[in-house]
Amino acid sequence: MAISSDSAAPAGRRVAPRRHRGDRSALARATIAALAVLLALVFVFSLTSGATDTSAAAVFWALVTGNDAAISTVERVVIFDIRLPRTVLGALIGASLAVSGAVMQGLFRNPLADPGIVGVSAGAGLGAVTFIVLGTGVLAPVAALFGIYHVPFAAFFGGLVTTILLYRVSTRHGRTSVATMLLAGIALGALAGAFTGLLVFWADDQQLRDLTFWGLGSVAGATWVKIAAVAPIIVPVVLLAPLLARGLNAMTLGEATAQHLGLNVQRFKRIAIVAVAAATGAAVAVSGGIGFVGIVVPHLLRLLIGPDHRYLLPACALLGAVMLLLADAIARQVVAPAELPIGIVTAAIGAPFFLWILLRRRGIVDL
Amino acid sequence: MLKAENIHVDLGRKTILHGIDLAAHAGRVTAIIGPNGSGKTTLMRALTGEIAFQGSATLNGVDIAGAQPWQLAAMRGVLPQSATLAFPFTVHEVVRLGLTSGIMGADGGDLVIEALKAVDLGGFEARFYQELSGGEQQRVQLARVLCQVWEPLLNDVPRFLFLDEPVSSLDIKHQLQIMRIAADYAARGGGVLAIMHDLNLTAAFADHVVLISDGRVFAAGKPPDVLTSGNLERVYDCPMRIGSAPDGNGMLVLPDLAAAQPIDHQNHASGDWNDATSGR
Repeated sequence: MAISSDSAAPAGRRVAPRRHRGDRSALARATIAALAVLLALVFVFSLTSGATDTSAAAVFWALVTGNDAAISTVERVVIFDIRLPRTVLGALIGASLAVSGAVMQGLFRNPLADPGIVGVSAGAGLGAVTFIVLGTGVLAPVAALFGIYHVPFAAFFGGLVTTILLYRVSTRHGRTSVATMLLAGIALGALAGAFTGLLVFWADDQQLRDLTFWGLGSVAGATWVKIAAVAPIIVPVVLLAPLLARGLNAMTLGEATAQHLGLNVQRFKRIAIVAVAAATGAAVAVSGGIGFVGIVVPHLLRLLIGPDHRYLLPACALLGAVMLLLADAIARQVVAPAELPIGIVTAAIGAPFFLWILLRRRGIVDL
Repeated sequence: MLKAENIHVDLGRKTILHGIDLAAHAGRVTAIIGPNGSGKTTLMRALTGEIAFQGSATLNGVDIAGAQPWQLAAMRGVLPQSATLAFPFTVHEVVRLGLTSGIMGADGGDLVIEALKAVDLGGFEARFYQELSGGEQQRVQLARVLCQVWEPLLNDVPRFLFLDEPVSSLDIKHQLQIMRIAADYAARGGGVLAIMHDLNLTAAFADHVVLISDGRVFAAGKPPDVLTSGNLERVYDCPMRIGSAPDGNGMLVLPDLAAAQPIDHQNHASGDWNDATSGR
């Protein structure tokens, strides 16, 4: 594993800030900068790849200057009304899934806690499906009250309830049992799935088509309206998540020690749970079940820059966005001109990765 | 100073502490001793503000039950009996967690290095915490606690080290080293409250001893007044001999092996070691 091992500055010369062995801050900062550049590149790549062949330079020029003379009208429509919303939404969702995964893992003190695996996404999904199916019927007044936000809000509420139940069931005296957490997650996920199934049973044909595609997970059909519905939730959570970093670092040592270090543990847990549920709910509401981003991205970054959440959370936001855009590119390319739901791509890559983490931990940690 | 009056703690239906009075002054090492299950750790958890209790407890005049966690964190550090880590932090990163300014983002690397040297772990900065031995992990945690309350006096207000069995998994050299750090902290004006099992280290390093039995204070005072064979036999249910060291400097506290009950092999086929032998 890479560790920055620069020795202290030469005697007699002040070099600030001094770097110390075992302190991976400098590496982490460099990684974040590199990821930001990578995200910019992948963003442009995502805009330019697809059925219409567009020059990256022309797209970049049009984006930066607003002068779109170098691209044709068709290209303009394709890029600004189809690909740009899709790319923006993909980046938002990738960032949201990875950050909520990292926060949840920190909160549960476990690298296997992921909203998709422990049933939080299923709970959020139940909330979303409830409004997709009943939003035009019995729940129409509530839907009207929340406008375009009604599905994200319902998903947030479903995710919140599931997260609270999960934490209550799996945590005793400040320690979270992994076995209990995973089993409770399976049970809660199955319960949410059962109710979702009931709603699907009631759905009409049009709703059924919507639900099926939604359930597989996709950022296709992204519109500026969808972005407007979830960006006000995802952007603040992703940008403010680093404020949770100090608390998550302290929680690494357990709830009691976190409190000894000055953290108001109960209040912190409430804030973190709401943040996870909000980010997961928003992502699930527009893109359905995109699994494993929340577990793969934080895990890879912990291997690279260490688990300090001050750096881990921003890095997760960037790499999450990069990974989702790349997965979306694969989803568009594999069976072109048709496309796969992106959830299939992330699961095909993520599930074996999850098994690999389990195997690595076997023998080190008693599950 | 740390002052606790009439502390009662119920956990579930069981009453663990029945009205404990305790005073730990700055400038002293105060040791809490007592058998397993007597309520030592529960008492410490109450005094750190971790669990609810009845009675009154103040740290430098601040009500512990009503204080914000950050207020207490500025005045005392707590070393737990053992600490596991959820993620692969390096030793440097673990110790840095103790720096309030460090977790806020400032660079306190020099203090981290100093704290690690103090616990004889200089050069361990880049090692992974999870790969260390139990004793090394405990010393890393102590370095983290020292970082949190490095100066024993903050604006002339004493700070405290709360240590729950600080030497339980250490070899003899490091037991002495940790106890010297505690004694030095007290000598420089801070306060130390330590749960101890080793009665000889208690005799050697404590200025004030509180002997706890079944959730009550059985005796409290200077080591020679508390560590008497009568007190210890009553509380620990084990015959004890108290003597002085061969050179006449310091007390020796030893189990009286001749008077201790031998293992009854006929009635205890499985051999209940802890009851029959005197242990610690």
